[in-house]
Amino acid sequence: MNSIKVARAYGAVVEGEAVVSEEGFSPRYDLDRWTGVITKPGHKLEGTSIVDKICFFPTAKGGIAAGWAFYDIKWKKIAPKALIFGVTNPVMVQGAVFAGIPITEGWFPHPREVLKTGDWVRVDPERKLIEVLKRNGLRPTPRGNAG
Amino acid sequence: MELTPEEQAILGGGRGEAARRALEYQIEVGRFWGARRFVPVTNVHMMGDIEVMGDAGLEYLKGEAGRGARCTVGTTTNARCMDFAHCERMGQDAGEAVKERELIATLRRMDVVTTDTCINYQTVYQPHLGEHVAWGDTGTVIYANSVFGARSNFEAGPAALAAALTGRTPEYGFHLDQHRKGSFTVELKAKLDDLADWGAVGKLVGEAHQNYYAVPVFHGYHRAPAADELKHLGAALASYGSMGMFHFVGVTPEAPSIEAALGGRVSSEKVLITDETIEKTLSSFSLGDGDARLVVFSGPQQSLFEMKHLADLFAGRKIKAGSTCIVTTNSAVLAQSRDFGYAKALEDAGVTILEGVCFYILQNLSPMRVANRWTNMVSNSAKIVNIIGAHRFNTILRRTSDCVDIACSGILK
Repeated sequence: MNSIKVARAYGAVVEGEAVVSEEGFSPRYDLDRWTGVITKPGHKLEGTSIVDKICFFPTAKGGIAAGWAFYDIKWKKIAPKALIFGVTNPVMVQGAVFAGIPITEGWFPHPREVLKTGDWVRVDPERKLIEVLKRNGLRPTPRGNAG
Repeated sequence: MELTPEEQAILGGGRGEAARRALEYQIEVGRFWGARRFVPVTNVHMMGDIEVMGDAGLEYLKGEAGRGARCTVGTTTNARCMDFAHCERMGQDAGEAVKERELIATLRRMDVVTTDTCINYQTVYQPHLGEHVAWGDTGTVIYANSVFGARSNFEAGPAALAAALTGRTPEYGFHLDQHRKGSFTVELKAKLDDLADWGAVGKLVGEAHQNYYAVPVFHGYHRAPAADELKHLGAALASYGSMGMFHFVGVTPEAPSIEAALGGRVSSEKVLITDETIEKTLSSFSLGDGDARLVVFSGPQQSLFEMKHLADLFAGRKIKAGSTCIVTTNSAVLAQSRDFGYAKALEDAGVTILEGVCFYILQNLSPMRVANRWTNMVSNSAKIVNIIGAHRFNTILRRTSDCVDIACSGILK
């Protein structure tokens, strides 16, 4: 099994390294918005960078200010490539759409059954599909690579 | 989405480029949530300041103002990140203050009324039952949906601004009857004599049910709660649980009975809150290294009655040397607090009153924490205790009078 169906999705097709969280997320409560590192003490991903990652979070946490935060971190070039939520809220969606960051909600099966942090995945919002392209975070070798 | 002729005209540029861009953005958001159409809104409350928006947001705002963006309905602003009278002493950046002034001027050009308050529902605008509005922050939304029976989703800054420009919002979430029904019941068999207790209820219920569409139905409480109590309950539910609505049987307009609040649903769970669970929650906060030099009354801003209560508690006392106590409120409440002597009582005690801001969104807060060697933050607000974590404070929820004692003694307990 190497794919996940999602219920709702927005954005362009993206590929990147997965970060899978067992804890919910807010770019305001949990994230240092100058480095892109999760800094909330005790967060299960404390110390983890989400820059250019495809982030899997079970839930969204409060926070209207998240709506501007995604645009801000995208502009600072420390945004994740995509946000994959089990359950999200309107702020995350409004913020991600505003920043042009792909976002999805609802997953089957649960990501923990399919992939791990470090795997290379593709998010296809149009097809409402997330696929694992390569395990262990190794970027797929481009064909015809001269080395 | 189905668009009315008016919406098609907006999309065709009939109301200008800024409105066209706003509606395009709203359609994308509406599509995500499966909205069939738009609903007109009568009032918008938006978050917009330099701390949350950053340079990118300010540039965006200036761009839209230049494209002729104008609000079509009454639009107010949420608490912001600077009180200009205090920003130098608070160690905030002069450069950011310049940008904040520019941001405020840009909002005013767009006809935004810069009230700078997160308690608009107590001081500015009280929507009626069934009225569609587009509000943020989360505390304002949950109050609108629950206490007034108005209808709003969490509308983040860009979404609220878009609603202000187009006069409508996509119909999903709490605009629809189906999402307004209770999903589980919470029996309140506790005294809940302090605002911190109500925040603790919000923490207990919110943390265990992190879901925007989870709607708790409170019942069994021995008296009618006051507005400030419902405010702290709602703010904490929204903060810990990302919730947008609750019912309170016999109190909120869509909950004449448990059955009516559940709207035919079967409660998925029955939660019981007792004095013991509240005490356990309050005692669960780590005292960290024992340093208690920062006490904050903010998040949400203080109402006039909260100001009065604090003035009574602080009267004739002094903040401990080396400690800092900060109270935030809006300009209207502060003006009245000055008239009634509450502000003087607080300032005589050494309390810093900040106007138009909320502590957790203060510009430069992390460096401010480091410069002041603050490690712990004590507050009677469960919301602020929850949300300030990214600034690496250890936070401690305590009852209002205990917070005042801690501010005056410097001793945590």
